Order: sequence, then C-alpha cells, then structure tokens
Amino acid sequence: MSKKPSKGGAPALDMTPMVDLAFLLVTFFMLTASFRMAEPVVVDPPSSIGQVDLPDNHIMVTIDDKGRAFFGISNSTAKMNALREMGKRYNVNFTEAQIIKFSGLPSIGVDLKDLPKYIDLKEDDRKNFQPQKGIPIDTITPNNQLKDWISLGGTEAVRTFEAAKIKAKESNSEFKSEKPRFAIKCASTTKYIYVKEVIKTFTDLKLYQFNLITTLEGGGTVIDPSK
Amino acid sequence: MAEISDSGGGHKGGKKRAKKQSTRIDMTPMVDLAFLLLTFFVLTATFSKPKSMELTFPAPLPPDQKVDEIKKGITILLSKENRIFYYEGQFRAADDDKGKKTSLSELDFSQDSKISLHKYLLEKNKPMQDQIKELDAKHKKNLIQDSTFNRLVKERKANKESFTFLIKTDDKATYKNVIDVIDELNINVVGKYVMVDILKPEIDLLIEKIGSN
Repeated sequence: MSKKPSKGGAPALDMTPMVDLAFLLVTFFMLTASFRMAEPVVVDPPSSIGQVDLPDNHIMVTIDDKGRAFFGISNSTAKMNALREMGKRYNVNFTEAQIIKFSGLPSIGVDLKDLPKYIDLKEDDRKNFQPQKGIPIDTITPNNQLKDWISLGGTEAVRTFEAAKIKAKESNSEFKSEKPRFAIKCASTTKYIYVKEVIKTFTDLKLYQFNLITTLEGGGTVIDPSK
Repeated sequence: MAEISDSGGGHKGGKKRAKKQSTRIDMTPMVDLAFLLLTFFVLTATFSKPKSMELTFPAPLPPDQKVDEIKKGITILLSKENRIFYYEGQFRAADDDKGKKTSLSELDFSQDSKISLHKYLLEKNKPMQDQIKELDAKHKKNLIQDSTFNRLVKERKANKESFTFLIKTDDKATYKNVIDVIDELNINVVGKYVMVDILKPEIDLLIEKIGSN
C-alpha cells in the first residue's frame, strides 16, 4: 500500500485529552493549595528517623539559633481567645480588628506590649520590626510571657477542641480532629540550654509530652545486623 | 491544534458547500494559561508535613523524695564541638569501696570509627535487639498478632535488665547533638532513656577532659 501523501499544512493533533488533564491538575492543585504567611524566622531543624507526622492541631514554640522564642497556635479560634486572655492579664488592649488580624498571623516573637503595633504593620514591614527579640522567658521575675502564652493557649486550644467535639456529636457528624499537642521546633545550631529553658517552662506547667520537629532523614537504618 | 469543527451531523451532501468554513477556536492562549497555572501550583505546593519525634520529659521530683540508685545506668554527656562522653553506673567523685572514681570515655557520631556511638549502643543493647528481632521475625510470619507483638516489644523494652540511658548536656552542646543521640538510641531500639540536668561534678569532669571552654 502506498502512503498517502500529506496534504500541505500542519497536521491537526487532537489536544483535547491533554488540555482536559491539564485543567484537572490545575483544579486539583488550586483546591489543595494552602497559602501560608512567611514565618518571622526560618529555622532549620535537625534530621531524625522520627516518622510521626506533626499533628494538625498543635501549639508550637519555635526557637531560633540565637535562642529567641516564637509562639504559635494552629487553631485560629483558640489563637484569638488566647490573645484576649493575654491582653487581660497584661493590661494591653487589643481592638477586635487587631484580634482578627492576629488570628491570621503565623508565630509571633514580640513582647506583648509591642504586639498591637506589630499587628498593625504591613506584612513586609513585620520582618524588620525591631523589638522582635522573641517572647520574654524570664524565670525569675513574673514577666514570663511564654509561660502565660503556653498555659492560656493550651487551655483555649483544649476548650476549642472540646467545643468542636460536642458540636460534632450533636450534629452526628464525624469528628476527625485530634487533641492539641505541644510542638517544639528548633534550629540545629541552637544551644541546648535555650531549649532547656523552654522545656522547663513547659514542665513548670506540668506538661511533659512534646513533639520535637525534625526533618526526615534519608535512609535511616533500623537495626542493621551486618554491622 | 485543538479545534472545534462543525461536522454537520446528518447532512449527506445534499446541500451546497457554501458553509464549509469551520468554526475553529484557537485554544492556544487558554492552554498556555492552563499550563502556566499548573506549573505555578505544582511548584508552590507543599506536600510533606513536617515530621516529628515524640518525647516525654520527666516530671520534677518532689523535693523530699529520694532518688533510687539506677543499677544499670549509662550516662551520656554532650559538650561543645559535637563531642560526647559516657560513663557507666553511678557517679563517683573518688575511689570508694563500691568502685573506682568515674572517668569519662569519648564517643563520636560517625558510623564506623572505633568509638562510634552507634557501635557502642549496638553492643550494649545486643540482647534486647536480638529478642526484638526474633519477635519481629515471628510477627512477619504471622505467628503472633499485631497487638501481641506491640505488647511484647513494649515489655522487652521495659525489661529491668536492660540499660537506662541518661542524657545530659553542658552549656555548649547544640540541639542537633541532642536529637542525634536520641535518634541513635531510637535506631538501636533502646527502650529507656531520659533527659536529665547535668550535675556540677560532671561538668568539672568534662572541663578536665576537654579543657576549659
């Protein structure tokens, strides 16, 4: 059989399936994307063979290599309530707008009295905010703000969790959330004494269980008999 | 090119070919945009959730409670420049009738040097590892059930005969070292380990070993 001589012009290729797929993927990535705001510090945690995923519902203390502590709560309702309580305890007034704006922020590392100013800044300016010295951890004077953040944040996170649980039970829907857990994220180069200080703050509040955040180690061997 | 053309379903050549001009839509820009978006979302997507290591710290003892002597204890001391030392048993400031004065031996984080922490732990924890491996083999052959397996592993790990590791750090040790040691303990299925505050005589011994600061 002889080949059909191609008629002049480009051969038409049906691209419909490819375009379909492309749009399907676009839709998928768009719907699954969750945008995060930039953290005030970038810390590089050490690697380990730990396989446990960080729970979605967590209260996180980040410690950078200079020993500054940053505090964050994953649940925004609990975060707002914790800020209200903190404001009451330290006599700092927050407007409702500020509280709502705060719930969208990632972890914070400023003294509570500087926090209203910090919240009102634009996102780009927050990085250069000078008094970002970390949350004061003072074990001697009563100005241990981290302790209060953890204690109030913890209470609020548990309360939010319980409320959601009851609500789910009433409406007979499935309840998937887990109890809030405390996570500690540290840079590899952080001196351990800074971490110890934070852990002491936790143990003073009778909290003993933590998730230490690590990156996954490539090819961790569990019991190698040949060695 | 992707195209939509009217194929004029039921017509069978009855009519004239006046309307043959097909209604092509050029889809190129749309496809370009789709791929652009696709690339953007693929590149910005973060799939991996951070992993974590669960750790429980000891509650502080009530002040009037006496600490029991740990019979099979190994203390690991961490210091600056990634150096680690250990001693076995109770701390002794000087020779006495129960044993000699405590001296520190050095370990390191490498996998195959003579003083590798990995090898040391492997050797120290051999009996338990063998037991757990045996259980694991049985478990893989489905001779024992998951729940029984987990319970037995827990029992073996809590075995009184196995060593308890105490991890202590001085002011200069980094967080990475602490995690590395805990990680190594986990790799070698050590069941009992705990972070403890360092004592003054231990710091003195460390300084003696590595020189002051």
